[in-house]
Amino acid sequence: MDGILALAADNLLSPIILFFALGLLAAFARSDLSIPEAIAKGMSIYLLFAIGFKGGVSVADHGIDAKLILSLLAGVVLSFAIPLIAFAMLRVMTRLDVTDAAAVAAHYGSISIVTFVAATSVIGSAGLTSEGYMVAVAAVMEAPAILSALWLIARYGKAGAGMEDGLMREILLNGSIVLLVGSFLIGWITGAEGMAMVSPLIVAPFQGVLCLFLLDMGLVAGRGLREARSVLTPGVFLFGVVMPPIGASLGLGAALLLGLSTGGTVLFMTLAASASYIAVPAAMRVALPEANPSVYLTLSLGVTFPFNLTLGIPLYLAVASAVTGG
Amino acid sequence: MQTHKAKRVEITIEAVMETRLTNALIKAGVTGFTILPVLGGSGRSGQWSREGQVSRAGGMVCVVCIIRPDRLDGLLDAAFAVVERHIGVVTVTDCEVLRAERF
Repeated sequence: MDGILALAADNLLSPIILFFALGLLAAFARSDLSIPEAIAKGMSIYLLFAIGFKGGVSVADHGIDAKLILSLLAGVVLSFAIPLIAFAMLRVMTRLDVTDAAAVAAHYGSISIVTFVAATSVIGSAGLTSEGYMVAVAAVMEAPAILSALWLIARYGKAGAGMEDGLMREILLNGSIVLLVGSFLIGWITGAEGMAMVSPLIVAPFQGVLCLFLLDMGLVAGRGLREARSVLTPGVFLFGVVMPPIGASLGLGAALLLGLSTGGTVLFMTLAASASYIAVPAAMRVALPEANPSVYLTLSLGVTFPFNLTLGIPLYLAVASAVTGG
Repeated sequence: MQTHKAKRVEITIEAVMETRLTNALIKAGVTGFTILPVLGGSGRSGQWSREGQVSRAGGMVCVVCIIRPDRLDGLLDAAFAVVERHIGVVTVTDCEVLRAERF
């Protein structure tokens, strides 16, 4: 327990968390601090490029094995399954109707790539390494949850929701996935030689850019929370902090079955614990426009994202270290 | 200066629906439109601002079409099929244009 608390304390005092907290506080205080939209987008492109490329280089270094394929499969299965659990919990814990509950559930089956990036930074600081292909696992976990949510609506809700023509193509080819997977493949193909060429851009500045990006995320999360407090009933809020550890437990089980390293286990737990706030909200606006965006955006961005960033990741790191002996 | 009567249709809709709407308009024969970013606003779904949107899911765009009055119904039918279930506003106003052959 002391180890977990020490890890949490270390994490809370890291620059990335303190910048996120600064953003939150600035938003709560109604400061006019803002990161220009184009710069925020540029930083997210940089982070996806860097994390994808590093993952690819790591796979080039260590080679591929059956674990890679099984990890991808496990990621897909988890992404399909987590929304079913989340939906059942939401129906018990909250008064959300079927549409809102299914939309929220889809967010929890999908992943937050920023939380994943923060987790890679934390395990790096802890001196751990992970399987490079976890980046690819992150990419395959984006979309299946959306199908689960649409199935839930078809099964329990009213007719009318469905997969529109072109929606699946938009989800699978959204810019984040293309860049992440593309950078991963380029890193894999070019290996250490490629890394030597681009490392001045993607290694040294990474933490600084992540700090600025999380400052922006803090501002966005804080403003979202300020404007949508009314939707955060105690049950909804509780779901936002209870669901991540449940997802993380499923991720832990999968990682142990796969025999992943301690770092890889932390990342799998983080992926299963995180909730999407980029790809899934856009898909939900198209497929389930009746669902209230204030509920799912506030929960995933305003509650679960800060929870994972501050308490979740150190908790997952401590549990993974204890279980795997890392 | 000679002016001609026309209709100005302004459709404010979620950014994620932009391509679906413009595709529907083109399919209905409306090939001229202008897309404008929307900075923020307030409506039945609450107040929102473009600042601080983490994805396109929360943003809005405004599609402006200026057409001949006899083409209005076709445009509205096409637009309605797309915007029916979504957040947004459709307005029609009378306007006058120079060079009627362009519309």
